[in-house]
Amino acid sequence: MSTQQVSTDKLRNLPESYGKIGWTLLIAGVVLTLLSFAVNSKHASFGLIMTLTFVATIGIGGLFWVGVEYVSSAVWSTALRRPFEFIAGVIPFLIILALPLLFRMKTVFEWTHLSYFKDDPSMLVKAPYLNVTFFVVRTIFVFAIWWLFYYLIVKNSRVQDTTKDQNLTTKNVRLSAGFMPVFAITLTIFSIDWLMSLTPSWFSTIFGVYVFSGAVLSSMAFGTLVIVLLNEKDRFPVKLTPDHYYNLGAFLFAFVVFWAYIGFSQFMLQWYGNLREETLYYIPRMHGSWAVVSIALALVEFLIPFFLLITKPAKMDPKRLVFVSIWLLASHALDIYWMVMPVYNPDKAVFGVSEVAFLVLSVGMIMAVFAYKAKANNMVPIGDPKLQRGLEFHL
Amino acid sequence: MRIPHIILVPNMSKLEKTQSGRKLLYGLTAIFDSPEKLVHAAETVVKEGYKDYDAYSPYPIHGLDTAMKLKRSMIGVVTLVVGLTGGTLLVLFTWWTNSIDYPLFIGGKPLFSWPSYVPLTFEMTVLFGAVSTVTALLVVWLGLPRNSHPLQDTEFMKKVSDDKFGLAIEAKDANFDERQTKYLLEKLGAVEVDPVYYEARELTLKETVLDPKFIGAIVVVAVAVSGATYFGFNKMLLMRPWSSLNEQAKVLPETKSEFYPDGFAMRPPVKGTVARGEMPYRYASNIPGAEKYMKNPILPTKRVMLVGQRDFNIYCSPCHGYFAEGDSRLQGQFPVPPSLHIDSLVTAPDGLYYEVITNGFQGVMPSYARQIPRDERWAIIWYIRALQKAQNPGEVAEAK
Repeated sequence: MSTQQVSTDKLRNLPESYGKIGWTLLIAGVVLTLLSFAVNSKHASFGLIMTLTFVATIGIGGLFWVGVEYVSSAVWSTALRRPFEFIAGVIPFLIILALPLLFRMKTVFEWTHLSYFKDDPSMLVKAPYLNVTFFVVRTIFVFAIWWLFYYLIVKNSRVQDTTKDQNLTTKNVRLSAGFMPVFAITLTIFSIDWLMSLTPSWFSTIFGVYVFSGAVLSSMAFGTLVIVLLNEKDRFPVKLTPDHYYNLGAFLFAFVVFWAYIGFSQFMLQWYGNLREETLYYIPRMHGSWAVVSIALALVEFLIPFFLLITKPAKMDPKRLVFVSIWLLASHALDIYWMVMPVYNPDKAVFGVSEVAFLVLSVGMIMAVFAYKAKANNMVPIGDPKLQRGLEFHL
Repeated sequence: MRIPHIILVPNMSKLEKTQSGRKLLYGLTAIFDSPEKLVHAAETVVKEGYKDYDAYSPYPIHGLDTAMKLKRSMIGVVTLVVGLTGGTLLVLFTWWTNSIDYPLFIGGKPLFSWPSYVPLTFEMTVLFGAVSTVTALLVVWLGLPRNSHPLQDTEFMKKVSDDKFGLAIEAKDANFDERQTKYLLEKLGAVEVDPVYYEARELTLKETVLDPKFIGAIVVVAVAVSGATYFGFNKMLLMRPWSSLNEQAKVLPETKSEFYPDGFAMRPPVKGTVARGEMPYRYASNIPGAEKYMKNPILPTKRVMLVGQRDFNIYCSPCHGYFAEGDSRLQGQFPVPPSLHIDSLVTAPDGLYYEVITNGFQGVMPSYARQIPRDERWAIIWYIRALQKAQNPGEVAEAK
């Protein structure tokens, strides 16, 4: 078992072109978003909700993986932790995406209108939760608490690069252990507020878990994509083995199944119960062109990646991992589209400039922030005491 | 560490002939001090062309499987194929039983509601996959029904399951030569190299699975378990104290009662009780003039008219004739009723017809209350009215 040295010249070795693409997409995304607001501001508001959800789920998912790395004291993934910290770097910028929406709540949220509760008095029980003041307070609270944990955990990790202080790992383990329940509650609040309340009379107790599964899957897909590409182009500071790849692939595989399990559970229970207040979420999604989207979603986010990843060689094959990661990121975008857009137009699946803006802005923002973070930080936590053992990882 | 080969017991009869008089050699075992030496030894042994060998270690050693050049296990394929087979079978089963053989409508859902079968399909996939994996491991990889191995209970096995690392090369390997192999193993750093012989008991042992005693024991256990199960579920659970749920302070219908003076356990219904699906006739019996207050409660839809026609033709037409003209088909065997088209009957209220159908008429026409349900009597009345209109369409013309 040979020990390997970290190539210090490769610590900040992200290709220049990556950042350029990211910034170009980001600027194009902002322009497109502004354009979409000019074309159809209601449609564009829903598009911006999709962008917010996509960026937020990937960002918080990245922080979740960092937290899991610490809480479980995982050794194999130490060298891979930094890319996930960079992904989580979008967390402070979420409020920028949310801000325009907070001023335009009446266009997207039905419950912000007084008449909503007047027309359906049975919804009055939800009024103490669904009101504009509390919504804004919750949104700021959720983003602030994510940012707080992101700041503390990542700061400790970064400081460790120079001080090599082992106590920082202990500190981060404690922080991450505290983060886990906070993460569960805040992500549930986020998904209830920004996605479930689009259909205010509908409810599903598993909805937060459903959003969680998408968040964890998509952030792992993005992390895998970056890590495998860098390692294959020999730009990663350490040499990763197929055994590392296998674990990444296994996580992707596991959460593909987990996503399908949660998504199907939610669907089947409400379909079987056949109660009006529950099925109203699924009825528009099961008719017309939305039915095509629903079936496509099941194929794209579950069945196809399931068989693409099922064998052991597939999980170790870099080409396959790159392909499946991009595939899963796209399917996560489709998932969000499926959650949000039937509220805007229940009759047929729409695709316009707002959707293009959503895709370009989301990808651009995540790439640009990643490039920015990768320039300012080392790609591998060189001060982490677990690093060397992690590199010697064997299945 | 995975167990790579099936270690088959060689053909005894052949070996006994060629090596008669000597103990039969199973192979050579070598003990190493460190896992690194074992990995190196495994590499060299593979390079020398040995195939029938295996490495033993008290814990998994990283890199040993690659050193031994082990092929990928096929167990995953078994799990996948059998698991998918199980899932498919379950889908076919639910589809056939619930949609074809005995169609069951549940909760207003379509006959084949696939989402409700997904959990079952998933479970059956997992069950088939798990059971087939374990079975395949036991039968194919571990060589069941063989249940012993020459290395069992040897000093070698004691050491490699404690703190040493071992390698065993079998005598049946084509490259095996007792002296050369021993030399090779010693050169590789083995601390001890020992030959292992088959025990006499192992050579004469028959297939234990086919042993009559074993089969007999299986049969005895099967009978005992079935008997105990039968007794448990069909007898024991009906005895005290398990029968507490069956012993209730109530009487069953159609049984004798000590409590009531009339001896019946069932009580007559309260006076005025109305049977299910039954509305009582509004007036207890023939009260003169009651018919005036009765109205036809159903509407003359097409279906009602067809029912009325059918019932009229069955029950009424033998005496009244198909067109209610009083032209009996019974050839005078029964008193011929009057035509229903006479003025006094055309103007008579619906209630009178209902009263007559229900209670009969002056002992000549019997009661049809038993044959014709209430609503169908009203349907017949609509049909009679239609017949009357057909004979005297004047009113219709006027209405126009």
